[in-house]
Amino acid sequence: MTQLTALGKSPAQPARRAPSRSRRAVALNLVAVVIGLVVWTALATVGVQGLPGPLEVAAKAGELIADGTLLTDALASLRRVLVGFLLGTLLAVPVGFLMGWYATARGLLEPYVQFFRTIPPLAIIPLAIVLMGIGEVPKVFVIFLAAFLSSVVSTFQGVVDVDRTLINAARVLGASDRTIFLKVVVPASTPFILVGMRVGLGSAWGTLVAAELIAAQEGLGFRMQQAQLYYDLSTIFVGLIAIGVLGLLMDRLLLLAERRLTNWQERR
Amino acid sequence: MNVKISFRDVVKTYPLKDDTFTALDHVSLDIADREFVTVVGPSGCGKSTLMSMAAGLVEPTSGEVLVDGSPVDGPGPDRGVIFQQYALFPWLTVRKNVEFGLKLMDLPAEERRRRAQRAIELVGLADFADALPKMLSGGMKQRCAIARAYAVDPQVLLMDEPFGALDALTRVQLQDQLLDTWSKDQRTVMFITHDVDEAVYLASRVIVMAARPGRLHKVVDVDLPYPRTEEMRLSPEFGRIRNEVWHAVYHQAPAVPAA
Ligand SMILES: Nc1ncnc2c1ncn2[C@@H]1O[C@H](COP(=O)(O)OP(=O)(O)OP(=O)(O)O)[C@@H](O)[C@H]1O
Ligand SMILES: [Mg+2]
Repeated sequence: MTQLTALGKSPAQPARRAPSRSRRAVALNLVAVVIGLVVWTALATVGVQGLPGPLEVAAKAGELIADGTLLTDALASLRRVLVGFLLGTLLAVPVGFLMGWYATARGLLEPYVQFFRTIPPLAIIPLAIVLMGIGEVPKVFVIFLAAFLSSVVSTFQGVVDVDRTLINAARVLGASDRTIFLKVVVPASTPFILVGMRVGLGSAWGTLVAAELIAAQEGLGFRMQQAQLYYDLSTIFVGLIAIGVLGLLMDRLLLLAERRLTNWQERR
Repeated sequence: MNVKISFRDVVKTYPLKDDTFTALDHVSLDIADREFVTVVGPSGCGKSTLMSMAAGLVEPTSGEVLVDGSPVDGPGPDRGVIFQQYALFPWLTVRKNVEFGLKLMDLPAEERRRRAQRAIELVGLADFADALPKMLSGGMKQRCAIARAYAVDPQVLLMDEPFGALDALTRVQLQDQLLDTWSKDQRTVMFITHDVDEAVYLASRVIVMAARPGRLHKVVDVDLPYPRTEEMRLSPEFGRIRNEVWHAVYHQAPAVPAA
């Protein structure tokens, strides 16, 4: 009797538990945000030197949205990040595949990749300015470099880590090298590539502000830089929050794509 | 009796730091067309290496491996391989996995689908044809791997401890199923196992290997008629053969040190 009820209940349980658990997580997230805002307000009212409170910042944000600056800045920054990021990952994927698949390519490329990986992209900025002037090119280039370097390594790792037995399984079914590459290596390394893209996006976004220090006319980083000159902390906060929100949104989008494309993976 | 697979004086060595490691030491073995042989032996005695040579995945250091009288040159769909670790493509459904080899054969789409369906039904996975491997149990994964190999209709089946990770019941079911299809299609089967019972139950000949260096130790004929039945497992004759194989595997004299 007890056994029967237990059996009858069990299939429904995981389905019911999953949403309630995520609802709980979301609730906790909200609580955390509220606590953060309270602490922030407290710090501002106690009078930490010049620190604007949430309301002040919200008002500033309203202002910047109303006069269109925030949108222009955000679009300018987004464009740089997206162009740099797309070019970077677009190049990183074939290069990573070449390095993972051909020992010769690996031998030739690895020293450069490993070397430039140890240089923070920001350190390239002076060089980029001297070589490329102060237009859009050096900014996009630095972001491109940051995105490229972080995704090339994980693509390469993904290709190297493809399970040998899967390759052998394809070979014994009569697959040519080309088929193995397209039908086994590419899908098997997709999870790595997507992780690399997320890391790449993170570092592209992270490089943005510094890249916009290069004599920009607009952009979130530029705006914050300007605000710094006038001790305009509220604008700096608006910029920071905008960067955070946009970065988070893009990361979630990629995460969603990752879930879609790699839902075949066994997750523990 | 036609010879299907022939290992001739096969040696396989791997380089070590200062000398070489002998994985297989002068192995000669003929497997007849439509024969079912099982290979047993202690871990590391070179069973997988031997089989991989027939599959064309590993080349002998010296000696040669012939299939149908001609030297093996790489893998091919005439020799189906079933790996111990299932080796299913995790991003493909059961059906797509089974169709993988068929797609490489330039068959018309309809024929391809028909053959995949038949193989899937044969191993009893029809209800899971559109499931991803992550949704399958170990036994179902292995059955999918078997279906994938069957679908291309190889003349030779090379199976490396295919049932090793399965529970006893599933294992017995798959054994009977394998024998059943083998007796219908009469493929040549080389089946590696570490389970002496399984080795005797399936084979017409059990190849016992020894380690360090890997070599042939003994060949035990199994003079039990096919179809094999569960009662046979309890027969005195089965017991006698099992003892003989058991003894050959677990009471091997240490190897004469190589000069
Ligand atoms: N690529 C390799 N490099 C060096 N040594 C290898 C390589 N492949 C196999 N060996 C060695 O060859 C020997 C035979 O390996 P093999 O996998 O054929 O053994 P096995 O009989 O299948 O063992 P098990 O029952 O554990 O699967 C082992 O000692 C192994 O260490
Ligand atoms: Mg083995």
